[in-house]
Amino acid sequence: MSTLTPLDRHAGLAHAVETTLLAAPDREIEVLGRVPDGASRAETLAHLRRAATEVRRRAIQTVGAAGAGHIGGEFSITDALVTLYLQVMNISPEQVEAADPERDRLVLSKGHAANALYTTLAIGGYIAPEALRTFLQPESMLNGHPARNKIHAVEANTGPLGHGLPIAVGMALAARLDGSERRTFVLLGDGELQEGSNWEAFMTAGHQKLDRLVALVDRNRLQQGARVEDTVDLEPLGDKLRAFGWEVVEVDGNDVGALLDAYAGVPAASGKPTFVLAHTDKGHPVSYMRDNVAWHHKVPSAEQVAQALTELDAILASIEAEEETS
Amino acid sequence: MTATTERTLFDCRDTWAATITEVAQADPRVVAVVNDSIGSSKLGGFQKALPERTVNVGIAEQDMVGIAAGLANGGKIPFVSAAGCFLTARAMEQIKADVVYSQYNVKLIAQSPGVAYGDLGPTHHSIEDFAWMRTLPGLVVVAPADPAETEQVVRWAARHEGPVYVRVSRMGVPSVYPEGYEFVPGKAVTLRDGDDVTLIATGTTVVRALDAADVLAAAGVSARVLSMPTIKPLDDDAVLAAARETRGIVTIEEAMVTGLGGAVAEVLAENHPARLARLGFRDEFAITGSAEWLLDHHGMSAQGIATTASGLLA
Repeated sequence: MSTLTPLDRHAGLAHAVETTLLAAPDREIEVLGRVPDGASRAETLAHLRRAATEVRRRAIQTVGAAGAGHIGGEFSITDALVTLYLQVMNISPEQVEAADPERDRLVLSKGHAANALYTTLAIGGYIAPEALRTFLQPESMLNGHPARNKIHAVEANTGPLGHGLPIAVGMALAARLDGSERRTFVLLGDGELQEGSNWEAFMTAGHQKLDRLVALVDRNRLQQGARVEDTVDLEPLGDKLRAFGWEVVEVDGNDVGALLDAYAGVPAASGKPTFVLAHTDKGHPVSYMRDNVAWHHKVPSAEQVAQALTELDAILASIEAEEETS
Repeated sequence: MTATTERTLFDCRDTWAATITEVAQADPRVVAVVNDSIGSSKLGGFQKALPERTVNVGIAEQDMVGIAAGLANGGKIPFVSAAGCFLTARAMEQIKADVVYSQYNVKLIAQSPGVAYGDLGPTHHSIEDFAWMRTLPGLVVVAPADPAETEQVVRWAARHEGPVYVRVSRMGVPSVYPEGYEFVPGKAVTLRDGDDVTLIATGTTVVRALDAADVLAAAGVSARVLSMPTIKPLDDDAVLAAARETRGIVTIEEAMVTGLGGAVAEVLAENHPARLARLGFRDEFAITGSAEWLLDHHGMSAQGIATTASGLLA
């Protein structure tokens, strides 16, 4: 049985931990880090698309090895996570370690997508890539839901739905009290909007005109048990948020370029908080997973992992081909 | 009629409000977070002095506690001030996950706790709070007994790094501590020594335990009176000393007996089984009545406590 000691320097644990490791991936994820300064638009998009594809490659192997996870909702939110950590947010591993008060904040309210967050943090240099092999294992810092007590880059312990937005509102209020221009981002699931606490916080943020608060909803149209519209329908979602005093931007949430454009409008000229209605597909872009409710927490077989890797590798090849021709 | 009617009684909310305003004026990190509870928390003066640091989220307790966690992430020291019944029951999961599990430096101030809203009925009673709050790892749970202790606990909470739950009494209480008293978190206070029986009380019931000791003394029974301001962490040593040195223990609380009484019972059962009687509310919703009347009705008048204590010695 292989072990790793101590798990990592980021864990914040007082003692060294010996942890059972999951099976190794076909290749460990490479730390790509932020989009380089001065990168062109094409170079920026290529960097982010490669990172998102690498995160998905690694994340599905983690879930397959662990025998548990929420891979469908992780794939729908991956582009948003990668775009924020590697380009949009004012954040770096150094700022996190120094607890820089001026860092931008991100709260993953849909905490069950933790594996996508962890893998994004690994590709961004916030946690050691080999730590991903401890996902869900005894004494790992990688819970099924993220914990700030274990990973410094995590800002709030999430998991129960409907918690992230109120916390983010508090973060944005703190920034305003400080006279700071730092921004707060919160990523929500669409099914999660059935939790009433979100609507309390939508009201508060609209009333307070928190223009540096951005709530992105991962509109993949599927919740754990069924389609959202067949459970409790949210529509007309954009109109509801406009009525609550938010600026609403609708984008293809699996298109990193569209996401970048949406964030570029923050703070909105109207002085309102920004609601990014990100239309996504659960399981994107894997053919057998896309828009299929079974993939909320289904675990892929070895064959399904292999097929996903084949499809993702084709995307990586197309990104490289585009770079060579440009 | 209880003996307390002859004394000057204080509404501890006045002390809370004056203290938190002073603390906030000295420390720019302190923020008040309320759910339309400015008036019931007596924070009108705070709001006037520090409007930008008064966050009123409206009638929205889950939002209120989550926002407090976010403010703490930004280095603020939020004091959430709301009626205890709504603060705890409505926002229990936010208290558990956003504040305590996340280890955010949030102070939860339960106004009008226990049966302070006695005649409004069980929806407005907060008698489950001790039992609920003491299950949360690392949360400090405090119930001050008089104005002097209220002031000290509020000042201590602002200094302490970590989540704290504090009850602020609305029902009038007299001063119960001697001049120069200093609150020490996690420590019981021996207000009266004795070797026959021990009365352990917290918050509003401390004065009732002192009165009961007078009743017992008149009958020739020597009662030790311990004030237990900190429900968690409990002063196990003081409880075990009482178990060794006296012949029985009575707990008295304006709460379900699974609060202070439950905590004391656990320490005794695991370490030094002793005769124990727990006074408080049991497995029923309280009937209508004022706070004073309900405490008397549930065996917590001076005579009622003395009778229970005598029963332990029989």
